[in-house]
Amino acid sequence: MHTGNFQHLTMATKKSTSSAAFYDVDGTLIKANIVHAFAYYALNQPTVTGTIAQTIRTVASLPLFWVADKVSRKAFNELFYRYYRGMSEDRLHVLAEELFTDMIEPTIYPGTRSLIAASRRAGCRQVLLSGGLDFAVRPLARYLGIDDVIANRLEFSKGYATGRLEKPFVAGATKAQIMRDFALAHGIDLGRSYAYTDSYSDYPMLAVVGHPTAVNPDLRLRATARSYDWPVIDLS
Amino acid sequence: MRLARPSTRRDSDEQVVMIDNDSAPRILFHGENFLLEDLPVGTRVIYPKRPLAPLPNARAAIRYALNHPEEMEPLHALLTPGMKLTIAIDDISLPLPPMQRPDIRETVLEIVCEMLADHGVDDVHLIIATSLHRRMSEAEIRRMVGEKVFHAFWPDRLYNHDACDPDGMVTLGKTRHSEVVEMNRRAAESDLVIYVNLNLVPMDGGHKSVGVGLCGYESLKAHHTPKTIVASDSFMDPSNSALSSSVERIGRVAEKHVKVFHIETALNNRMFSGPADFLMKNEDNFTEGDRLKFQAMKWALDRTPRALRREVFMRVPAAYGLIAVHAGACEPVHEKILKRCFEQYAVEVHGQCDILISGIPYISPYNVNSTALNPLLVQVMALGYYFHMYRKRPLVRKGGVMIVTHPCTDAFDPKHHPSYIEFFNRLLPETSDAYTLERKYQDEFAYDPSYVELYRRGNAYHGAHPFYMWYWGQAGREWLGKVIVVGSDNVTVPKLLGWERADTLAEAIAMGRAFAGRSAEITMLHHPPILMTDVM
Repeated sequence: MHTGNFQHLTMATKKSTSSAAFYDVDGTLIKANIVHAFAYYALNQPTVTGTIAQTIRTVASLPLFWVADKVSRKAFNELFYRYYRGMSEDRLHVLAEELFTDMIEPTIYPGTRSLIAASRRAGCRQVLLSGGLDFAVRPLARYLGIDDVIANRLEFSKGYATGRLEKPFVAGATKAQIMRDFALAHGIDLGRSYAYTDSYSDYPMLAVVGHPTAVNPDLRLRATARSYDWPVIDLS
Repeated sequence: MRLARPSTRRDSDEQVVMIDNDSAPRILFHGENFLLEDLPVGTRVIYPKRPLAPLPNARAAIRYALNHPEEMEPLHALLTPGMKLTIAIDDISLPLPPMQRPDIRETVLEIVCEMLADHGVDDVHLIIATSLHRRMSEAEIRRMVGEKVFHAFWPDRLYNHDACDPDGMVTLGKTRHSEVVEMNRRAAESDLVIYVNLNLVPMDGGHKSVGVGLCGYESLKAHHTPKTIVASDSFMDPSNSALSSSVERIGRVAEKHVKVFHIETALNNRMFSGPADFLMKNEDNFTEGDRLKFQAMKWALDRTPRALRREVFMRVPAAYGLIAVHAGACEPVHEKILKRCFEQYAVEVHGQCDILISGIPYISPYNVNSTALNPLLVQVMALGYYFHMYRKRPLVRKGGVMIVTHPCTDAFDPKHHPSYIEFFNRLLPETSDAYTLERKYQDEFAYDPSYVELYRRGNAYHGAHPFYMWYWGQAGREWLGKVIVVGSDNVTVPKLLGWERADTLAEAIAMGRAFAGRSAEITMLHHPPILMTDVM
């Protein structure tokens, strides 16, 4: 996979730290997930009819999303982000701030801020590594004082979403490769770095660092963490 | 089991018994089970003293102590309406095992809280002085402080100390030795701190209560070091302990900033009672009933899974009784309590030995209600606690052999001891040198955000705690020529600890004699209950 041209969004001045903390977002730092975010957009269409149509379409598709997620996170992303097709880039960006205030901020887990504060005191560069969309994650990153955001990016054509993601997708095994590239580009020692996630699908991002930690883990990740003696923490 | 030899010894000799041809085999703890072993003729077995009689009326004794304190005004005279007051309480690490209800802390707290209410003191917080120990759970706190206090204060005004809360800690200054003095902010900003202590071993209490119980990592760095442990001869003898000296300096600085009214208690050593009371006896004095009870217990334990055995042991509280309570200024109070503790624990012994045998039980101060006594804690029980249970000079000669009995199962409680797991599996294979570990890795573990989170919001020991456990054993490692563990269920754990292993005690003694000489003098410490030796 070629990720050398991957662009991440730097939220703060780069520091000469040599370790980083990589956080998955949905289910790890916040209770909400990308489906919640999409639902918010669906409910906030420019027209009433558009809102009704998009909401019905979203609700009807939930079983399909569930099945796709069980097949693979990549398949889920490809299917899920098609639903953004036709949405205006300006509107998505403007609504992102309201999305954060209305939906994401209330679902930040109680322990999130103290974990990030402890990590910062330990000298780690703070990186969000999310399968969510960059414009939706950015307000959260700013709120938490995160240094860098690596997230999926919607492809836009003439100011409207095409329903496809720019590559590489941020999901599963790709996360590990992205972390390696990030570490190489920023002088980060992955052996001294930390990764936090709630889902077994993010096993690769845990496997690539010296200090993996399962956060509010699903059953499979909990079992894996226990068998590998990884710490298991509960931020909820 | 052989018939008991009639007891003909004088009372004064009952703590030191020499094994002869007619002696019964001895019982040794072996984790969550026991070993019954014949010892070589001439082996010296040292028993704890009999439990001292408890005070007949504990509540009256506590009230008397509060009203007749040492070098301070009576507690009621220190109280004014509207004052800010904090009560700090020793945590679950003692006594071992937890005592039958009411815990003595419950009794003290009920009396103190009534007095506070009578004097219009409403701004009261109760803090479990955990230092870097794990947070006690709600159920554990409820059991310790009792329903009345729990319902009145939990959870807003009764909580665990948090040494990693940047807003909850304050630095008070430094000692003349440049030791950082940190303290819980609530306590430091109070008009009065009342410390409710419970002394189990002589390293507890005194300035350690506030100086350690309410401090943070930066303070502990001053004295929780291998160098300090090695300079403590022993750390269970406060008058010869570099650890105690450092803690005293820190405590004195802390008490320049905040007035502390100490309430210290001492318990007797009645660890076993009821059906298990025979474990307090010399095996030569067992009745037929005692032998039957032990055989039945051993039969059942041999057929019970380890986890269940552990659960059973953990659910049997000890029938400790209060033997002293004093209140007032730190040093005079602690001096009186220590004197009483040594009356209970100290046994006079003449001469050192070449081979010291000791059984390691299922419990330590650091694994109450945990799923295992993990290998690092086995190590700390052997080379930390049991090695250091002396005054004047170590019970075993320099270069001697220590034989311990424990399965040394490679099992850790991931909820209570997550950082121990990494320490044991990642660091010890690289080096067992405590000084290198301290320099190279201690801060990494202490500031590890996952371990900080687990300490602050979970129920885990602080990331640096496994280092302290390793340092606790440093003096023993430097003093002893060899450590042999009997009945280890694997080879990896003893190897990582730097120990040799033997399948039976006889084999271990033969190995010890091969090392220390055929005429090696052998001594067995028959505990628990706890005992200390005054080695003449």
